[in-house]
Amino acid sequence: MSDDAATFPKLLAEQAALHGDRRVALQEKRYGIWQTITWAAWERRVRRFAQGLASMGFRRGEPLAVLGDNRPEWVISELAAQALGGMSVGLYPDGVLEEVEHVIHHAQVRFVVAEDQEQVDKLIALREAGRLETVERIVYYDPRGLEHYDVAELVHFPDVERAGEDFEREHPGWFDAQVASVAPTDTAILCTTSGTTAKPKLAMLSHKNLLSMGSSLMSLDPIKPRDEFVSFLPLAWIGEQMLALGCALQAGFVISFPESAETVRSDLREIGPRVMFSPPRIWQSLISSVQVRLADAGWLKRLAFRIGYAIGKRATERRLHGRRLGPLLWPVHQLADVTALRPVRNQLGLVRLRRAYTGGAPLGPDVFKFFHAIGVNLKQIYGQTEICGIAVAHRDGDIRFNTVGLPIPGAEMTIAENGEILLRSPAVFAGYYRNEEATAEALRDGWLHTGDAGYVEDDGHLVVIDRAKDVMEAPDGTPFSPAFVENKLKFSQHVEEAVVFGGERPFVTAIVSIDPETVGTWAERNRLSYTTYTDLAQKPEVYDLVGDAVARANADLPESVRIRRFVLLHKQLDADDEELTRTRKVRRGTINDRYADIIRGLYDAASEAVTVKSVVTYQDGSQAERQITLRIAAVDGRPRARPRRRLRELIGSGA
Amino acid sequence: MNGVTLRFGGVQALRDVTVTIRQGEIQAIIGPNGAGKTSLLNCINGLYRPQHGSIRLHNGAVRELTRARPSRIARWGVARSFQNIELFRHMTVVENLLLGRHVHMKHYVGTALLYYGPARRQEIRERELVEEVIDFLELQAVRKQEVGTLSYGFQKRVELGRALCMQPAVLLLDEPMAGMNAEEKEDMARYILDVNELAGVTVVLIEHDMSVVMDISHIVTVLDFGVVIAQGAPAKVAAEPTVIKAYLGDHV
Repeated sequence: MSDDAATFPKLLAEQAALHGDRRVALQEKRYGIWQTITWAAWERRVRRFAQGLASMGFRRGEPLAVLGDNRPEWVISELAAQALGGMSVGLYPDGVLEEVEHVIHHAQVRFVVAEDQEQVDKLIALREAGRLETVERIVYYDPRGLEHYDVAELVHFPDVERAGEDFEREHPGWFDAQVASVAPTDTAILCTTSGTTAKPKLAMLSHKNLLSMGSSLMSLDPIKPRDEFVSFLPLAWIGEQMLALGCALQAGFVISFPESAETVRSDLREIGPRVMFSPPRIWQSLISSVQVRLADAGWLKRLAFRIGYAIGKRATERRLHGRRLGPLLWPVHQLADVTALRPVRNQLGLVRLRRAYTGGAPLGPDVFKFFHAIGVNLKQIYGQTEICGIAVAHRDGDIRFNTVGLPIPGAEMTIAENGEILLRSPAVFAGYYRNEEATAEALRDGWLHTGDAGYVEDDGHLVVIDRAKDVMEAPDGTPFSPAFVENKLKFSQHVEEAVVFGGERPFVTAIVSIDPETVGTWAERNRLSYTTYTDLAQKPEVYDLVGDAVARANADLPESVRIRRFVLLHKQLDADDEELTRTRKVRRGTINDRYADIIRGLYDAASEAVTVKSVVTYQDGSQAERQITLRIAAVDGRPRARPRRRLRELIGSGA
Repeated sequence: MNGVTLRFGGVQALRDVTVTIRQGEIQAIIGPNGAGKTSLLNCINGLYRPQHGSIRLHNGAVRELTRARPSRIARWGVARSFQNIELFRHMTVVENLLLGRHVHMKHYVGTALLYYGPARRQEIRERELVEEVIDFLELQAVRKQEVGTLSYGFQKRVELGRALCMQPAVLLLDEPMAGMNAEEKEDMARYILDVNELAGVTVVLIEHDMSVVMDISHIVTVLDFGVVIAQGAPAKVAAEPTVIKAYLGDHV
């Protein structure tokens, strides 16, 4: 359906004309029932809301910020801004005041669509502090608790739509003319970059960028109109925009919004999506939930799964090496699938899944192996916000756990002399919004400089080592990726986050934060009583538990990058404390500064504990301080012997 | 309530209690243990019959509550929750909430058995209302779970939900926040305020957490040994010497 003149509002009009009220475009679970919005209804609401915005003074080419969870109103607002030649700026709904302020201030946003009282309160707090001069209108769509607010800027979403209806009566044909005059090269969204090192930048992505990305992805992996997709990751993230806009408007498949964050799992299971794109943490948490349930299951079920999993693993190995299963393995695998593997997929809501993608951060090979063994076609994709999220991907049947695959149609890649990955495709962005310096650095001679280090294997598969500036040198001089080591650790269900240190230091160490759910369950089962997260993390038994996980990870690592000492952190790493980005990537700079004392302790052979002062920032911005002593544990450097593999095979695992 | 006196044998639980609860307000009842707070609520919703005095509900018509059966009072729009959770533990959240609708449901035995006609329409209508309460109290994730498997905080919320499903004019809450952590208390306070502000429901609340009482209630009534010893705005009551004495004793 995509042609050169296509834009999102135009595609929406075409889909609405084609399917009218006969086919569902969006559905949202409310009151326990999937409430549907047809293509025609979506178009109608976009039309009304856009004209309502126009009647309030929204100008062509202006940004519209959207701050809220995934709801139909999100994509209605977004399309409305685009229909008026404007662009949408997605904000993470869990973002703290400074993050909201940074984006709104940087993009000079005048109009904000905010979901509910929680989000509106953030905006009002900023405005009252005089830090949000640009905002003129705040449109909200969940009125609960807002009835008694006396703020002139506040408008209820339906009121804007009603104003749009009036506007349409007075200006017939105006809206269609607006839609017609949107050029494919106009910026459609300002997408925040993840910002592991600095404040997020705003990448300008045009209609053409996103549509060309969508069509090349779908030329590889067709998505049919009857397919379903569940939108549960923040729409401010490029990955969600990729499928919800880039693909859905072209292919015409249904987007479902879950009822609330707590019901995502059961809603996912109800819909049974055909396609999914999630960052590694989602896949990791799915594995954890399988592991926890397995531990709770009876011996028969455990045995059945263990056998089925072993068969699945063997079948996967054959398949991925391009071999057939053969007359012996095939029937056995079928049986294992029906009795053990399919039920697990069903529990996770992945039973109808045709393809699943992971991207945004590296995924450990062990996680990869697990999903393939249970029969989920999980594929790595590699890209950045600046190239609409995807440039390199695995092909069906050509999946290797340490690579990210081949360039998608229309994309080219090359490796610069310093080892940096360079990309070029029609999806490469026009630049950062109001930041020419950064643009000039990222875009040189038409190539996108990714800042990632990598190399291309003989068969053309790209291997991403890590962010170029994060790549460390092991004590013996070989380069290694901290993320790779961290992923080895994170495969343990008890490890939530891990940050590895090495580089110029004599050996490798790690700060580990435990997963309160799984370790809590473990403690319960082992009759270990504890009070708080901090208390649990400092239990000697928990140190032993994680110590085992570290030893297991070490067994797979080359001698020089094995973890020698580690510490269990007294708290979870948190995006509110700026230790993680909103997409949950570790901010190494912040960790290095904040936990300098711990790191010093890790490298001081004499110290067995380190005392830290911790300042916790709560959601409302208030802070609390306390002193905590953390134990440092040493790991035996020589775990049970295993054949050593080449470092190159081990290094790097994905985007 | 006018001159209400309640005796259990020789024990006087309430002595000549006169309280006016105005429509649309949140009224807190506080007092030391055994002061008669729960007895007062039990008199209002008809579980106890006071020996003297009258309790009148002005809700369109004027109704005398001291002689009415609890089920009748419930139908007049007085709903309550209990100090110790009184839910049907083996039923799901939805089923418990639907029970709150029971007083308002008409019964068609024949059609209900076949799930057809008016019975079916009624069932759907009631479920819609229940779903609104679920949405309001953010119970979506536990909708179909058995109440007995839920955490204490959730159970308290379900109990409030069941009372709300009756679409009450007056809501009697007996220690809705007992045993909750700070965060759960804050949520519960928010819900109570919303019920009061958005739906205009009059709330009578027994609570021991003074910060909550001071924050959300319009009027505070203090009971001690069955006698009203103070009544008025929260700040005023807190400064009253008799109240301080009742709570802390004579010599501190």
